[in-house]
Amino acid sequence: MAETRSLEARTPAERPLSPHLQIYRPMLTMMMSIAHRITGFALYFGTLLLAWWLIAAVSPNGYARFQWFAGSWIGRLILFGYTWALIHHMLGGIRHLIWDTGRGFGPSEREWLAAANLIGSIAITLILWIFVLLTMGGS
Amino acid sequence: MVQFTLPKNSKVEQGKTWPHAPKAGAEREFRIYRWNPDDGRNPRIDTYYVDTKDCGPMVLDALIWLKTNVDATLTFRRSCREGICGSCAMNIDGTNTLACTKSMSEVNGAVRIYPLPHMAVVKDLVPDLTNFYAQHASIEPWLQTKSPTPRTEWKQSHDDRQKLDGLYECILCACCSTSCPSYWWNSDRYLGPAALLQAQRWLVDSRDEATGERLDNLEDPFRLYRCHTIMNCAKACPKHLNPAEAIADIKRALVERQV
Repeated sequence: MAETRSLEARTPAERPLSPHLQIYRPMLTMMMSIAHRITGFALYFGTLLLAWWLIAAVSPNGYARFQWFAGSWIGRLILFGYTWALIHHMLGGIRHLIWDTGRGFGPSEREWLAAANLIGSIAITLILWIFVLLTMGGS
Repeated sequence: MVQFTLPKNSKVEQGKTWPHAPKAGAEREFRIYRWNPDDGRNPRIDTYYVDTKDCGPMVLDALIWLKTNVDATLTFRRSCREGICGSCAMNIDGTNTLACTKSMSEVNGAVRIYPLPHMAVVKDLVPDLTNFYAQHASIEPWLQTKSPTPRTEWKQSHDDRQKLDGLYECILCACCSTSCPSYWWNSDRYLGPAALLQAQRWLVDSRDEATGERLDNLEDPFRLYRCHTIMNCAKACPKHLNPAEAIADIKRALVERQV
């Protein structure tokens, strides 16, 4: 009898939430989805950079400042990252377009598309930069 | 709501290490999530050793062996032991699957077992599936007709019947929905892959006459469109179904009825 009462008096413990992101195996398609989000977010800052370039074009002094920044190693690193984010996000957008037609969901297609997105974005970024540095002489 | 870390009462702690298997030499290490609603403590990871010579090949065999020989308080759901009831769905070695169809030999090193991710835990490996079942009910998974009931059965051509293949086989184990990050963050409003796969199963059924109403019910920024083709669902499904593709088909059906 006493036992019954103590059971009734006890408030049930609040249920814990089972682990999720901490324990789930990272998989290519999942990581690429996260990368699509991150690059999309990074593009906001890239657009600010673009806006600075356009605004700087009004005055010679301002433009010189922009050129100095864009030519510095940190500026180049940021521009390189922006190029990659832009191309990666664009290819990701194409991947979404393919999905919207109902294709690309099979076990091998979805892996192939994800890998192509990643390899493609790195390759295009490198080719673009090599081309630009060669033709513009890196100045 | 997106929350990357676990709430305070859900942080996982180091648990106890249980004795080695009596006939050592052929043992396998298991790290299993434990939570007891009665002891007022946080969840913890206990370490167990299974005598693989005395035990079947599947992860479920090992769990049953542990419950019988080592720790009778270890709690998990199981029934058919052949991949058709969906009871023993859990997170094994980082992915959601059925313990009864997952072989221990598929896992390298210690076998890590957690309950299905981002769910309220009832005890140990048993999650609360109330919301999951309510979502399935919300898509009204039964035949709805307006024409007069035929004297015999509702007829369906062979071709139309084949459209249900890849959809009707779902066993509602919840492996897919609980593998989906979108479902983790929005399970209060997003129906999740399992319920949406069943929605598609009734949308394509040639006998069903409520297609319009079904689509109306799904046309919602959260219920359907929280799917961002992350694909964890299709990779997790132990029946090799493709909820991601079914969801894309629903999205296309919604576009097609507008043009």
